[in-house]
Amino acid sequence: MSPDSFFVGTTDAWTLLTTFGLACVTVVARSFFFITDKDWSLPAWAQRGLQYAPIAALSAVIVPEIVMSQGALIQTFKDARLYAVVAGLAFFAWRRGAGQAVLGTIASGMAVYLPLHIGLGW
Amino acid sequence: MFFLRSNYTHPEFRRGFQDMLSVSPGIAAWGLMTGVAMVKSGMSTFEALFMALTVFAGSSQLAAVPLLIAGAPMWVILVTGFCVNLRFVVFSAHMRPYLMHLPRWQRLVTGYLSADLTYVLFVKSFQHPATDDAGRAAQMAYLAGNGGINWLSWTVSSVLGVVLANFVPTSWGLGFAGILALVGMMASLASSRLRWVSAGVAGAAAVAAFALPLKLNILVAISVAVAVCLLLDKRPDTSHPPHHAPKDPA
Repeated sequence: MSPDSFFVGTTDAWTLLTTFGLACVTVVARSFFFITDKDWSLPAWAQRGLQYAPIAALSAVIVPEIVMSQGALIQTFKDARLYAVVAGLAFFAWRRGAGQAVLGTIASGMAVYLPLHIGLGW
Repeated sequence: MFFLRSNYTHPEFRRGFQDMLSVSPGIAAWGLMTGVAMVKSGMSTFEALFMALTVFAGSSQLAAVPLLIAGAPMWVILVTGFCVNLRFVVFSAHMRPYLMHLPRWQRLVTGYLSADLTYVLFVKSFQHPATDDAGRAAQMAYLAGNGGINWLSWTVSSVLGVVLANFVPTSWGLGFAGILALVGMMASLASSRLRWVSAGVAGAAAVAAFALPLKLNILVAISVAVAVCLLLDKRPDTSHPPHHAPKDPA
C-alpha cells in the first residue's frame, strides 16, 4: 500500500492549530486550580454552576446528532439512532453505571444500530 | 509522571498501573472508536493522528470534530472543548492539595495525564493528601503509574482506530459509536435530578437554536441549561410555598 492511499483527506494548518489549542485546553482544564501558586477560588455561584455545565455541553452536542437530520427534526421512527440510544441507555441503567458501563453502552448501542442501519436502511 | 525515575521505580507505581489495567480494555475500546469516529467524520488521516497524539480528552475530541468539519471559528471550538472538559476543573480543585508541593511544570504534566478514571481511582486510593515526603512520593508514584497506562492504552488504541478507519466503509455508520460514547459519558455524569434537568434543557435548546450560525446553538444551550439549574438550585426557597411569602417587603 502506498503512503498516498493511507493518508486520506487534505490536512490544513488551521485544523492542526485548533487541535493544538484543544491540547492546551486539556492541560488548562485538568490543572485549572493548581496552575498558579496563589490561593484563590471561584465565586460560590460559579462553583455551583460548574457542576451543571459538563452534562449540558455533552447533551447539546449529542441530542441534535440523534433527533435531527439535515437541519430538521426527524419525522419518522424508522431511524436506527433512536433505538441504538435507547439500547445503550438501557444497558447503562441495567449495570447502574458500574464497571465497563460506558463500553457496554457503546457496544449494545452499536449492536442495535448496525443491523437496523445496514440491514433495513433506517 | 511515568517518565520520572523516582516514580517508576517506586512500588506504588505498580499498584497504580494495575488498578488502571483492569479498566483499560474499556479505555482502549473507546479510544479505538474515537479514532475511527475522527476519520469517519471527515478529518484527514494526518489531522486525526495529530489529534490522537496530543489532545488526550475523548469527549472533548468528539465534541470538537463536528465543529472542525463544519468550519466553526477557533474560539467556539476551544470554548466548547473547555465546556466539555469542565468536570476536570472541578477535579482540579480536589487535586490541588495533593499536588502543590510539585514545581509548576510537573503539576501541569500531571494534570494533563490525569483523566477521569485516574482521578477517580487516585482519590479512592488516597482519601487525604500526604503530610510527609515519603507519603507524597508514594502518591505521586501511584498517580504516575495509573495515568501512564491510561495515556498509553488510550493513545495506542486511538492511533489504531485512525489506521483501521480507512478499511471500514462509511455507509456502515460506525461514526455513531462516537455519539454513543458521549451518551455513556453523559449517563455517568447524570448523578442528580438537576443534572438530568441540565441535560434535558441543553438538548432541547440545542435543537431549538440549531439554525444559529457557527454551531453557536451549543454555547446557547450550555448557558440556558446552567442558568435554569442555578435558578432551580435555590433549595431554601422551595421549602416555603410562595403564597406564604410576604407580598411587599415595604
